[in-house]
Amino acid sequence: MSRDRRVQGPDDATQEPAPGALPAVDSRLLVREEGLKGYVGEFRRKLRSGELGSLPVVLAVIIIWTVFGSLDSTFLSAQNLSDLSQQIVGTGMIAVGIVFVLLLGEIDLSVGSVSGLCAAIFAVLNVLNGMNEWLALLIAVTSGAVVGLIQGFFFAKVGVPAFVVTLAGNLAWNGLMLQVLGTSGTVNIPAESIVAKLYSTVFHSPAAAYVTAAVGVGLFLAASLLDARRRRSARVPSRPVAEIALRTAVLAAIAFVTAYILNQYQGLPLALLIFLILLVLLDLVLRRTTYGRRIFAVGGNIEGARRAGISVPFVRMSVFSISGTMAAVGGIFLAGQIQSASQTSGGGNLLMNVIAAAVIGGTSLFGGRGSVWSALLGALVIGSIQSGMNIMGVSNAVQFMITGSVLLAAVVVDSLSRRSQKAAGRA
Amino acid sequence: MPEPVLTLRGISKRFGAVQALKGFDLEVHPGEVVALVGDNGAGKSTAVKAIAGVNPPDEGVIEWQGRPVSISRPHDAQNLGIATVYQDLALCDNLDVVANLFLGRELRRFGVLDEVRMDQRARELLDTLSIRIPSVRIPVASLSGGQRQTVAIARSLIGAPKVVILDEPTAALGVEQTAEVLDLVERLRDQGLGTILISHNMVDVMAVADRIAVMRLGRNNGFFDKRSTTTEEIISAITGATDSAVTRRQARKREEER
Repeated sequence: MSRDRRVQGPDDATQEPAPGALPAVDSRLLVREEGLKGYVGEFRRKLRSGELGSLPVVLAVIIIWTVFGSLDSTFLSAQNLSDLSQQIVGTGMIAVGIVFVLLLGEIDLSVGSVSGLCAAIFAVLNVLNGMNEWLALLIAVTSGAVVGLIQGFFFAKVGVPAFVVTLAGNLAWNGLMLQVLGTSGTVNIPAESIVAKLYSTVFHSPAAAYVTAAVGVGLFLAASLLDARRRRSARVPSRPVAEIALRTAVLAAIAFVTAYILNQYQGLPLALLIFLILLVLLDLVLRRTTYGRRIFAVGGNIEGARRAGISVPFVRMSVFSISGTMAAVGGIFLAGQIQSASQTSGGGNLLMNVIAAAVIGGTSLFGGRGSVWSALLGALVIGSIQSGMNIMGVSNAVQFMITGSVLLAAVVVDSLSRRSQKAAGRA
Repeated sequence: MPEPVLTLRGISKRFGAVQALKGFDLEVHPGEVVALVGDNGAGKSTAVKAIAGVNPPDEGVIEWQGRPVSISRPHDAQNLGIATVYQDLALCDNLDVVANLFLGRELRRFGVLDEVRMDQRARELLDTLSIRIPSVRIPVASLSGGQRQTVAIARSLIGAPKVVILDEPTAALGVEQTAEVLDLVERLRDQGLGTILISHNMVDVMAVADRIAVMRLGRNNGFFDKRSTTTEEIISAITGATDSAVTRRQARKREEER
């Protein structure tokens, strides 16, 4: 979340007079106060200018949990929250791919069908034809990447709008899935299959969850401190230690509370661990690599990116390939969840849910702003609503309407925040 | 005067039935600001695009530091050391100043972006140009028009070019912002860069240019030294008051009478 990085005014120069710092202070320039007070002030300024970040979605999670928790106490039970943490993985994985596409300012409407297709490919290869399960898994995920590449080709090289390419793909890949499944219709995936285990494995030892939390927090702290030290020695503004401490404390609180809740039930689910590791890696790709920078550049200004020597078609095709790959991975997890691949795989409201998850999580539909973490947060919102309504026994009809309204609300927040960012000159 | 860094000789370019450039000449010396002025359609943009490799010329010679070179792609121009700042700036509003400065040529360390070094170099660069912006880490969208223009110019300097082409850098700016950009143009000259400044604004041209190349109908219509010319003289060259249908008719009449 590069845009969430703290803006540092030239006041830092007064605190640490450095040759590389900007000595000129114009009274109109935004100046940030030192320490925690400055942090709060900066936070307020960002809110006012519509730079909401993940605040709305965090509020949404709190409201949803409060409402369902007060309506039915089982919602906030360790068992339900643990189950929730597993259930969101499939949707969340697909939503990660959508985040990449949204960063370009495009949309991929085929991810539902692609996820079903890849699950069917795995099931038919492994279960019906007895292929080695790792090989079948590899082929299924590669198929997702190839499907994405094909769609990306028609979008980036032929110039068909992504919306149309992927809408056509949505139908075509669904048809291919039915073809792959053939007369069998539904292929049951045995519980000992790798795919079922990927979803259902839980580390029962309480140490697993706590160690994972500790390692995550430790890595974050170490990376922050190292970065701050390097910045200080290079005499460029760095995060003050107080801020690093605050951030680490917040992360630690979230991580250890989650670990505690998971341990109250069965322990750390493997699926959640894989999802989190994947999110960390893809976040690094987006924020810390040239490739990630290019995705943001193309999402911000295509012409600017082209003039800077970035190959726009390459970025576009690769991003659609990532979206297809993540759809395949998500589809595998969803198949592991229900232990079958069927003609309804990847159908229903899955597509709406993953797009909703990405947008609710705070990734803009207009391109250039967002982070992979919005997939996690958005999937958590969508999953919580569904889980809560299932506990309450709400009918599908009402669930669809409510999920639709939440998506609309998220897009409204996105549009309004964009408008106010424009007004504040930050869009 | 030192040897010219960039020389154009007899550059011609046709677009279908339109002869956009005909026998166009231009010389740019190090540490010199050459203003390229002319009416709409005079061929300024075509000339710039020929130098920048966007639209290679049909005929003519481009010499770089005395050697003839062929510039057929924007990449060729960049490799030689010609940087172009287009009127639309082509900045990515969602990225911060550093990311924009280094876009397409990011510094890396162990395969990942080296934000610290980019930050450092961005500050040094902005410092040497005395560019004042609130922070190198805010999105470009929150900068004023003048600041955006200066960022775009600074970006063109990242590759250490020898010639910078500025296409209407002050066209959309207010008085103070224009002054900011003109200051920057003067600093480019002080650093020994050759600058080609395209402008419609005579005040700006007279303020910073050393030499003024006037174009009219795809041809040169005179070179003027700033110290020995006047705005009126240049404007008459631009409008063709010294060479128009009317003056040609008068000249013809005079000859007939003789």
